[in-house]
Amino acid sequence: MMTTLDKIRPGMGGIIQSVGGQGALRRRLLDMGLTPKTKIQVTKIAPMGDPMELYLRGYVLTLRLQDAAEIEVLVEEEML
Amino acid sequence: MSEVLIALAGNQNCGKTTLFNRLTGSNQHVGNFPGVTVEKKMGAIKNFKEATLVDLPGIYSLSPYTSEEVVTRDFILKDHPALIVNIVDATNIERNLYLSLQLMELKTPMVIALNMMDEVTASGNSIDVEKLSKHLQIPIVPISASKNEGINDLISVIKKEARKHQEAIHLDFCKGEVHRAIHSIAHIIEDHAQIADYPTRFAATKLVEGDEPMQRALHLHQDDLDIIEKIVKSMEDALGTDREAALADMRYSYIEELVKDCVVKNHRSQGLKRSQRIDRLLTHKYLGIPVFILIMLMIFYLTFGPIGGTLQGLLEEGIDIAVHALSTLLLQLHVSSWLHALVIDGICNGVGSVLSFLPVIVTLFFFLSLLEDSGYMARVAFVMDKALRKLGLSGRSFVPMLIGFGCSVPAIMSTRALSSDRDRKMTIVVTPFMSCSAKLPIYGMITAAFFPEHTALILISVYLIGILVAILSALLLKRTVFQGESVPFVLELPAYRIPSAKSVILHMWEKAKDFLRKAFTIIFVASIIIWFLQSFDFAFNFVEDSSTSMLANIGTWISHIFAPLGFEDWRASTALVTGITAKESVVSTLSVLTNTTSDAGLSSALQTIFSPVSAFAFLCFTVLYMPCVAAFAATKRELGSMRQALATVAYQTGVAYVVALVVYQIGSMLF
Repeated sequence: MMTTLDKIRPGMGGIIQSVGGQGALRRRLLDMGLTPKTKIQVTKIAPMGDPMELYLRGYVLTLRLQDAAEIEVLVEEEML
Repeated sequence: MSEVLIALAGNQNCGKTTLFNRLTGSNQHVGNFPGVTVEKKMGAIKNFKEATLVDLPGIYSLSPYTSEEVVTRDFILKDHPALIVNIVDATNIERNLYLSLQLMELKTPMVIALNMMDEVTASGNSIDVEKLSKHLQIPIVPISASKNEGINDLISVIKKEARKHQEAIHLDFCKGEVHRAIHSIAHIIEDHAQIADYPTRFAATKLVEGDEPMQRALHLHQDDLDIIEKIVKSMEDALGTDREAALADMRYSYIEELVKDCVVKNHRSQGLKRSQRIDRLLTHKYLGIPVFILIMLMIFYLTFGPIGGTLQGLLEEGIDIAVHALSTLLLQLHVSSWLHALVIDGICNGVGSVLSFLPVIVTLFFFLSLLEDSGYMARVAFVMDKALRKLGLSGRSFVPMLIGFGCSVPAIMSTRALSSDRDRKMTIVVTPFMSCSAKLPIYGMITAAFFPEHTALILISVYLIGILVAILSALLLKRTVFQGESVPFVLELPAYRIPSAKSVILHMWEKAKDFLRKAFTIIFVASIIIWFLQSFDFAFNFVEDSSTSMLANIGTWISHIFAPLGFEDWRASTALVTGITAKESVVSTLSVLTNTTSDAGLSSALQTIFSPVSAFAFLCFTVLYMPCVAAFAATKRELGSMRQALATVAYQTGVAYVVALVVYQIGSMLF
């Protein structure tokens, strides 16, 4: 199932399909390793509901939901 | 003996500072990179004294978007270091190598220090260092900076490589369409790159990526630019992706192949597992925020109470004894009375009262560096981001603002940890609105005289006014001065680590040095000036009664400005002026100028100066108006510009004036 990263619930994950957005944000996402075909997993949502905590390429990253919405993900079942 | 310049580069949170400390020991000095407030630390390498190691900012990439990245790029390209030491976190090797690949494009000889190798092995994983080194054609030294392992090996490799003086071997890791684009563009721009002093391949790669600073730097003809765009366009069409994604993808694909070949990773690293367990509490949905508040309260309690406060008391006593001894000595030497007064009442009182804050500041920074080095600070940003974002700031600004309730000086100094220049400046402007602890004596004095039955209510409302003004200011600044785009909040949550004692101590020592330098320069001079103004009249005669001094005259003149706020008495305005040296002086000045020695005497004297309404307006003014000289100096230093620092304090004082005016005028109508 295709969706955007911000819609994925903690514990779930998938494969990045495309990274939208522009300028500094998009570049930063790509630099941090959020490139197409990368496995990514949502591990947590911050206490106030935003940002989200992600696991990819062996490390932990946080992104705001609004920025995560730019990333298209093909959801896979259990990724742990 | 010629100096050898060596650059230390790497990601954030990869142990770079620890390695820097290991390599240089304690002989470091700190400066700024030209034109930006990015800290530049330098030091001689142990056993290789002719080499100067420059600690470049922690970055993830060489894109042109943050000042840290631009500084790194410019330093390597323009200062031509003999060698880059690239520190790579072995537990997070994929993302760390992404920067390594970009650094390799700069054509400067490089050595990789593969840090945290001990943790890789402990987690049951392994890295074939020799194979990796062969692939990258770069010497790689496995180390553990925190355990001090492999450092001597690293130093001998650095020595050997730095003395070779040869150009780096060029590694061609690009493939297919990207390869074709880079090489065709390299051909077009070769001459321009040489003139502009850039490695051709690096310049070509940057043009493929659409890097604007590079386009400008090369001064290309329009024809060439058109051809380049055409080449990039056909690459994009062939790959079905855009230029930026194509290059990021190319680098990461190459890294994935490398990792597949050289790294055995069967288990998640232990550090990561441990961190996830700790975070179950620290970033917990319901407990995360309460735990954070609890931690901050404890730090404040310890800083201003048992540890910092006690030490401050001891230091104050020590200073008193020293000043007393000096005073006796001067009397015995029969120096003239004005010189005695200058040294004792002017310099010693002024510098001494500020100096006594040293223990509090050092203690506060002890805790802060624990929070920062352990990795908790990133979690604070994660937990608080949503609230701060409404103000145009990010989660990272929360900590400096909290420290502001203790003291604006370390608060402003700690904004250095913020990655965005815009956030940093905005935080510096609003932080002093958080009522600092030095203002407490003023609140105590006023409430005792006017509102003895409502002390708590008055205190709370004063703090709230400060917070409210900070929030409104942030909203205002976001829409005016700091409109621009904020740096995206894409933050790594590093694995928790036990901070190294050496790093923490060095950090405290740095802050202490900074503070002492300030106390003996700016505050020293300011104390002399204030003393001079309050001890002489305009005919430069020494006055016994300060009400005839220049300061009193200036105070009277200034009091006209304050008349609409309800404190037209010259003593009130003079106290506000001396309060600029240190907020505690507001109290001491008022007690000197009213000739009172007891608190009760001061209370009744104050009742002749203020009405309850004007007293409250006075409180409002004190919370908000420009911070003390020490904080001003910190503001100037961190903003990197006197003009901006003056604009900041002008804004703060303007806001204070307006708020106090409104409070007094409306209050006078109501009461």
